[in-house]
Amino acid sequence: MEGFYMKRKHKESLTSLAILSPSIITLAIFVYGFIGRSVQISLLDWDTFTKFIMGAKDYVGLENYIGLFQEERFQTDLWNTLYFTLFFILGCLAIGILLSLILNNKPKGSYFLQNLYLFPMAISFVVTGTVWRWIFSPGRLPNDPRGINLLFERLGLGSLQWGWFTSTFSFLNFNVALIAVIIAAVWQFSGYTMAMWLAGLRGIDQQLIEAARIDGASKWQIFTQILFPIQKPITLSAIIVLAHVSLKAFALIYSMTGSGPNNVTDIPAVYMFEATFRSNRYSTGSAIAIVLLAMVGLLIIPYLVNSFKEE
Amino acid sequence: MNRKTPKEKLMTYLILFVFAVFFIVPMYVLLSTSLKTFANVSIQTMWQLPSEYSFAGFVEAFKELAPNVFNSFYLVIPATLISAMLGSLNGYVLSHWKFKGSDTLFALILFGMFIPYQSVLFPLVQFMQTIGLYGSIPGLILVHVVYGLPITTLMFRNYYKDVPKALTEAAKVDGANIFSIYRYIFFPISIPSFVVVFIWQFTNIWNEFLFAVTLTKTQSQPITVALVNLAGSQVVQWNVQMAGALLTALPPLIVYILFGKYFIKGMLAGSVKG
Repeated sequence: MEGFYMKRKHKESLTSLAILSPSIITLAIFVYGFIGRSVQISLLDWDTFTKFIMGAKDYVGLENYIGLFQEERFQTDLWNTLYFTLFFILGCLAIGILLSLILNNKPKGSYFLQNLYLFPMAISFVVTGTVWRWIFSPGRLPNDPRGINLLFERLGLGSLQWGWFTSTFSFLNFNVALIAVIIAAVWQFSGYTMAMWLAGLRGIDQQLIEAARIDGASKWQIFTQILFPIQKPITLSAIIVLAHVSLKAFALIYSMTGSGPNNVTDIPAVYMFEATFRSNRYSTGSAIAIVLLAMVGLLIIPYLVNSFKEE
Repeated sequence: MNRKTPKEKLMTYLILFVFAVFFIVPMYVLLSTSLKTFANVSIQTMWQLPSEYSFAGFVEAFKELAPNVFNSFYLVIPATLISAMLGSLNGYVLSHWKFKGSDTLFALILFGMFIPYQSVLFPLVQFMQTIGLYGSIPGLILVHVVYGLPITTLMFRNYYKDVPKALTEAAKVDGANIFSIYRYIFFPISIPSFVVVFIWQFTNIWNEFLFAVTLTKTQSQPITVALVNLAGSQVVQWNVQMAGALLTALPPLIVYILFGKYFIKGMLAGSVKG
């Protein structure tokens, strides 16, 4: 009987594996194999088309990485990513949480408004980029303003006009040109934080809040002492997802501004694309890709390990 | 709950109104510009409603983009169906037919969802060239199916996890095997989950740009790539560009309007851990 059971169990495992095998095999190649290959290319000297075609495996160690971190463009990219990620997340959290708190009280029209605030999540970064590029196109100041600068002029707010994503001004390595891109990205993703928070808020026991109110807690105290601590795991998930989005914001930047003057709106993903597919610097491109992977890994792995432990 | 002073009420509605404007403005610009005549579409009038309404911009954009709209549908429909079907089978096995190491395997599958695709991009292009699928839509379908597997597997696994194990065990005792249990028990109850996964995959693949721009040739470009090319060209009028953007946004927007509830479910399932 025992032997029969073992045999059946063994057969079951094999059938399970067989069903999973198309996914296992393709993912082994497309994820793990290709990452390995990218690492390999990043350690070679394939930075010209000839070298690449010859295919000689001359390993140069970490030279491509060292070169990359010394490059001005890549340093700018890293600062841009840092500031973009920071303000993008803060913007989405502030707007999303504010809207969720208001909508949770179900004011008139809340169903419609909730759907309105969330719809940009459904459309492509490429559409967002195309539209916001037109809105933020500065035109030739001061005589020929365009986009939002034109609107400022019409409203008598001409003093607010500036170069938006073409401005090369920077402050503590923050390229202010990024503000336009951040606004577009926040426009698209703040509804996401709102939806996450709303889903969480609906699960909170109203009696808890009522009790706090009776005890004389102010709205701000209820938010900081009760709601925020309860919503902390949800907020953390949202931050991880948004950080992840910002590291991948290639399509938005590519369609809205490109690298910009002096790379003011450049990010590693755009540089990687140009290095690899526009200027045949395959090893540099691969090195950027691996740096990106490492950044995502630093962000995601602790979070995943934690989630699995809880489960 | 709603003991609010009139002043607070006013503030609330003011905030809601300001953000409503923020979210609508780009759509206003899109719509009003794309409905303008060619003569009417100067920069000077970009914030005004059309003085004359015209579909000429749409006609022109559609003429430009029609093959790409077709490409996108040809890409998105099979990729969505296949990745959902495989994800459903994977999720079923990984939740009800666990074996030694199956949880580790699940984690390894899931990892593919988090990687920045740049880290596989160049070897992927080379690989597609080697197997002769570079520049073709079937090639792009393959890519979207494979990189879609982690999320579809996750969504279905989380759905099936709540089905009692006793059900599978009882069916086993009655002599049903792994396939018949899926066919007669799990598949029929999966419809809600399939709807969520379909909608999620449809919008994501439709909106995707990175694979689309690196793996296609002119005749196989999906609409997102064609839109960027159209918008990057200096000779194309703004009303045509905006009409093109609207055309690109329209299918996912229709899906969102019709199935918003399921879209939100997918969005939350994709981000909240199992």
